[in-house]
Amino acid sequence: MGRSPSDLGIFVGKRLVQLVPVLIGIIVLTFVFTHISVANCAVWYPHASKSTLANCQAQFSKPLTTQFWNYFVNLLQGNWGASVAGSPVYPAIATGLPATLELVFASLFLMIVVGIPLGVMAAQAAGRWGDHLVRVFYLTGWATPTYLGAVIAAIFLAPYLGLPSHGEFTSNPPPFPQYTHMSVLDALLAGNLPWTVDAIKHLVLPATVLAFINMGIATRMTRSSMLEVIPLDYVKSARMKGLPEFWVMYKHALRNSLITTTTVLGVTAGGLLAGTVVIEEVFGWPGIGAYAYTAIGGGGAAPNFDGAIAVVAVFAVGVVIANLIADILYGILDPRVDWR
Amino acid sequence: MESAPSSFPPAARTVSPTSRGRRTWIAVVGFFRVLRANPLTMAGFVIVVAIGVAALIMIVDPHLLTRYGPDQLTTSYNLPPSWAHPAGTDGIGLDIYSETLYALPLDLAIAFAIAGTAMIAGGGLGLVAGFWDKPGTVGGYVSIVVLRITDIFLAFPSLILALAIAVSLGRGVWQLIVAILLTWWPFYVRLVRGETLAVKHLPYVTAARAAGVTEGRIVLRHVLRNVLEPVVVYFKLDIGTVLVTLSTIGFVGLGLVYPSQAEWGSMMSYYQNAGLITAQPWTVLGPGVAIFVTVLAFSLLGDGLRDILDPRSRRVLAGTGSGSITAAQPAEPPLPAAEAPAAPEAPTAA
Repeated sequence: MGRSPSDLGIFVGKRLVQLVPVLIGIIVLTFVFTHISVANCAVWYPHASKSTLANCQAQFSKPLTTQFWNYFVNLLQGNWGASVAGSPVYPAIATGLPATLELVFASLFLMIVVGIPLGVMAAQAAGRWGDHLVRVFYLTGWATPTYLGAVIAAIFLAPYLGLPSHGEFTSNPPPFPQYTHMSVLDALLAGNLPWTVDAIKHLVLPATVLAFINMGIATRMTRSSMLEVIPLDYVKSARMKGLPEFWVMYKHALRNSLITTTTVLGVTAGGLLAGTVVIEEVFGWPGIGAYAYTAIGGGGAAPNFDGAIAVVAVFAVGVVIANLIADILYGILDPRVDWR
Repeated sequence: MESAPSSFPPAARTVSPTSRGRRTWIAVVGFFRVLRANPLTMAGFVIVVAIGVAALIMIVDPHLLTRYGPDQLTTSYNLPPSWAHPAGTDGIGLDIYSETLYALPLDLAIAFAIAGTAMIAGGGLGLVAGFWDKPGTVGGYVSIVVLRITDIFLAFPSLILALAIAVSLGRGVWQLIVAILLTWWPFYVRLVRGETLAVKHLPYVTAARAAGVTEGRIVLRHVLRNVLEPVVVYFKLDIGTVLVTLSTIGFVGLGLVYPSQAEWGSMMSYYQNAGLITAQPWTVLGPGVAIFVTVLAFSLLGDGLRDILDPRSRRVLAGTGSGSITAAQPAEPPLPAAEAPAAPEAPTAA
């Protein structure tokens, strides 16, 4: 059984190699759904000049293999095309991605802080009313379409709670440089406390909605794996030696059941990222979710195919990386996994 | 489906002396025992049945539930909810309550079409990929190809891929179904393959093989039936997820075109874009409540049933005196409808 630090390198390396075909597949798939199914320049560039259209037509008349190669090379070089209005795609995504990540991490934090204790409570009360209440809570989140939750929070909850419901800061741009494009982190880096509070206030509602909608996965998984662990002997002996029930649950039982929960949280990345599309649009959050909404033609705008391809690919790569992290974390947390 | 062919091992023939009708009855009783064990599952079941009945009525004779035809304009504009208009009216005089009800059969039909096709297509692939996966054989290579393609599709958040496909296909019912379906089947490949791998080395499969049953018949008659149960439970939960995705595409503005075709997401999108949400919140409330209740009902039912399939959870449920769930299930083959909450580890003809 190999679990020395050098074996960990092999473990991570293997996972990285397995990623290559998936990443190539993502690129092929985005190509198929855009270049082959919509090989029509008038759709791609609705308001473009004649020269752009001619250029585009020339691209589409080339053989598919050449088209794919050009597409592939451009993608790797960060040459991701431009929006309908002519602004380049790459910088927009590069500045939007950190903002989206900030939102996703904030929700993940809420899911862990709220969702996991709820799962523990449900497991303790399994089959009784506490269990049912928790279930109603997380299924309510599950059953709320993202847009409904976001719209209710932005329009009805925000004034009631006195929280802002648009953008990252009260005035944009803020009076300090945005190095990371994560609002809270930028304000902290500038050492500006009032602006940090302002940034956190702006983050609360979108992150809460995103977390609430995806809460079920964390709670359900924690509950289920706690139920597996609670009858085990080591939990009983912890209880027998007189530990308070709280410590038995949160220190002894939860520690083992967290292994599966961690893995599942990695898998929720897809749900969280997909949720940002509507939430960022509703809350005016300047991330790639709102960018995707516009690029795809949300709200009746003309779609921007260059932007849509890039942003969809970025989302897919994000999910792949999240799954990779979950996979590696599982390997580290579960002592039964052989790293070699 | 239940008639035992001569190639069955003798044990298979002796396992169920009861008639088919009797076995169906046992399954129905078992199903209700499961529902009774958890009030939430029961609530979900009741609402799902009510929604199903309402959808049927809307197809057969809508005037039993509403006084207005589809797209029928009333002469009252922008009215808040009242007895005459339970969900109010909008600026052109559409009755929101009737429009929401007219959307019900369409939304449900699209959701069932997507989840059902995904279940059959993805599940079939998963069954094949899981059963014939011996490395070096043709089946092994097919299995690898199927799983790799599945991995690639699973890398995309399904909503985002569905949106991207929807924008390249255009707007309409079929386009919507294809767009979501293309992102939906991989989940079932994963699920069914996992279940197949768990089942295919069990003694009853070996016994069937020893008795000379052909491989194809083993898959269809023995493996499939034992895999079916978790899949059907997942399917019920999935209807809700499809509905949410479907209506989100509608909300983004790539779904159906309201008011010519009523669909909940498109309705919300239409009224939200018209800026009516603060001035006349009821226009958004009707479709919003409809989708929330429908999805919640399917989730309550599916989540409760899934709990019972989960052996850890079942142990607890049985222990709290909420009716012995496993005892209600003799060594019965999972019935075609797969409603029977039989223990997954109690195989058909062991």
